[in-house]
Amino acid sequence: MENRSIVSIADYSKTQIKTLLDMASEFEKYPNRELLKGKVVATLFFEPSTRTRLSFETAANRLGARVIGFTDPKVTSSSKGETLKDTIKMVSNYADVIVMRHKLEGAALYASEVTDVPIINAGDGSNLHPSQTMLDLYSIYKTQGTLNNLNIYMVGDLKYGRTVHSLLMSMRKYHPTFHFISPKELEMPEEYKFYCKHNDVKYVEQRDFNEDTIADADILYMTRVQRERFTDLMEYERVKDAYILRADMLTKCKDNMKILHPLPRVNEIEYDVDDSKHAYYFEQAQNGLYAREALICQTLGITLNDIKNDKTIIK
Amino acid sequence: MSKEQLMVAALENGSVIDHIPTDKLFTIVKLLELDKFSEPVFIGNNLDSQIMSRKGLIKVANKFLNEKEISKLAVVCPNIRLTVIKNFEVVEKREIGLPETLSDIVKCPNPVCITNNEPMKTVFYVERHNYIHQMFPYEHELNEQDNAKLKCRYCGKEVDLKEIKLK
Ligand SMILES: [Zn+2]
Repeated sequence: MENRSIVSIADYSKTQIKTLLDMASEFEKYPNRELLKGKVVATLFFEPSTRTRLSFETAANRLGARVIGFTDPKVTSSSKGETLKDTIKMVSNYADVIVMRHKLEGAALYASEVTDVPIINAGDGSNLHPSQTMLDLYSIYKTQGTLNNLNIYMVGDLKYGRTVHSLLMSMRKYHPTFHFISPKELEMPEEYKFYCKHNDVKYVEQRDFNEDTIADADILYMTRVQRERFTDLMEYERVKDAYILRADMLTKCKDNMKILHPLPRVNEIEYDVDDSKHAYYFEQAQNGLYAREALICQTLGITLNDIKNDKTIIK
Repeated sequence: MSKEQLMVAALENGSVIDHIPTDKLFTIVKLLELDKFSEPVFIGNNLDSQIMSRKGLIKVANKFLNEKEISKLAVVCPNIRLTVIKNFEVVEKREIGLPETLSDIVKCPNPVCITNNEPMKTVFYVERHNYIHQMFPYEHELNEQDNAKLKCRYCGKEVDLKEIKLK
């Protein structure tokens, strides 16, 4: 049987992405079903991430699957020296799909090589995180009606923020124009700028973040600027307030503009922005549920047609 | 006939590794564990060469390199020449180039890569299409070793061939 694991979606075709978006959209219409009745979804969180785990487990539960798993590596034998391979092999005897998060880079790919049970990568080290990317793509698609030719503004920590890197790579086929707005110390790494040049993706780098510099944005993707990322704390003190979004900065922005943020936020979006029609970060998190329902079904060989003709919908 | 050719011709069965950069000779001796080898081994360095200014040469009796050893040689110094001799005759002569994939030959330099934390094989892809040529198109002089990069299958990290450590 072909391996249906989803380790990365960076190389997915536009057709494959569109299918996943359409599946997510069906799940948004009817999130509660018994499509996965009798299936067991394992969530193995070798590294804790409560938000991601809850979202995956909710997705599995709403589709009628049962969920097993662990979240703290200390309670499993992996802290006693059991290899990742042995843990995956053991869980493969029980589960139909394994959702895993691990602190080591490449762990999900390796896991997918040692078992026939499909693996969904819920994050491994600083590597790609397909479920976050899918929910970002779905949020953009849903609010803009397309993924094509958009002005995407990324703000804050563009150096370490892996969600912006994943988003950048997965948007490359849709002719975006990126604006990278960050302090010097947290600017977009050379390798991603090179990636843009190599793929004919336009980008502009900016230091200033104000109502004029964001006026053309379709998507404003905010990230956290964290103190511990700075080697120079003077620099941190100088820039920490320069990348905070306030409601009064939204006066010139486009009507269709939406603000995304991977959450949790610290202080980079003022609470007065929450009431703006441009604020979309809570819906974005909600979209994670539909995106994850789509990913789980994809790994189990359930097609868009199966979902459209689903007789198990609970209304 | 030069002395060197005489030495090669005198080998009944075995391997000749030629065109070795002089500073890599003893690395290769160690890599092939020739210091522990009990059959005759001839090692020459700073020999005159037509294609390089000076070169090293190793002749070893009754040893035929396996693919793994050949891959390791290619990583340490690409473009060396391997000659296989059986019954005093040359049965194979080839330049050793880098293969497309290196399976379990080199270590990943990334400490948080799964390959450094799990008993498993490493896999590296050799990237020749290059980065360097696109960024500096006029630097034609770079040879393969200078611009080849290896990319870890698992963590995606790219490493210069020159900085690589064997597994
Ligand atoms: Zn690696």
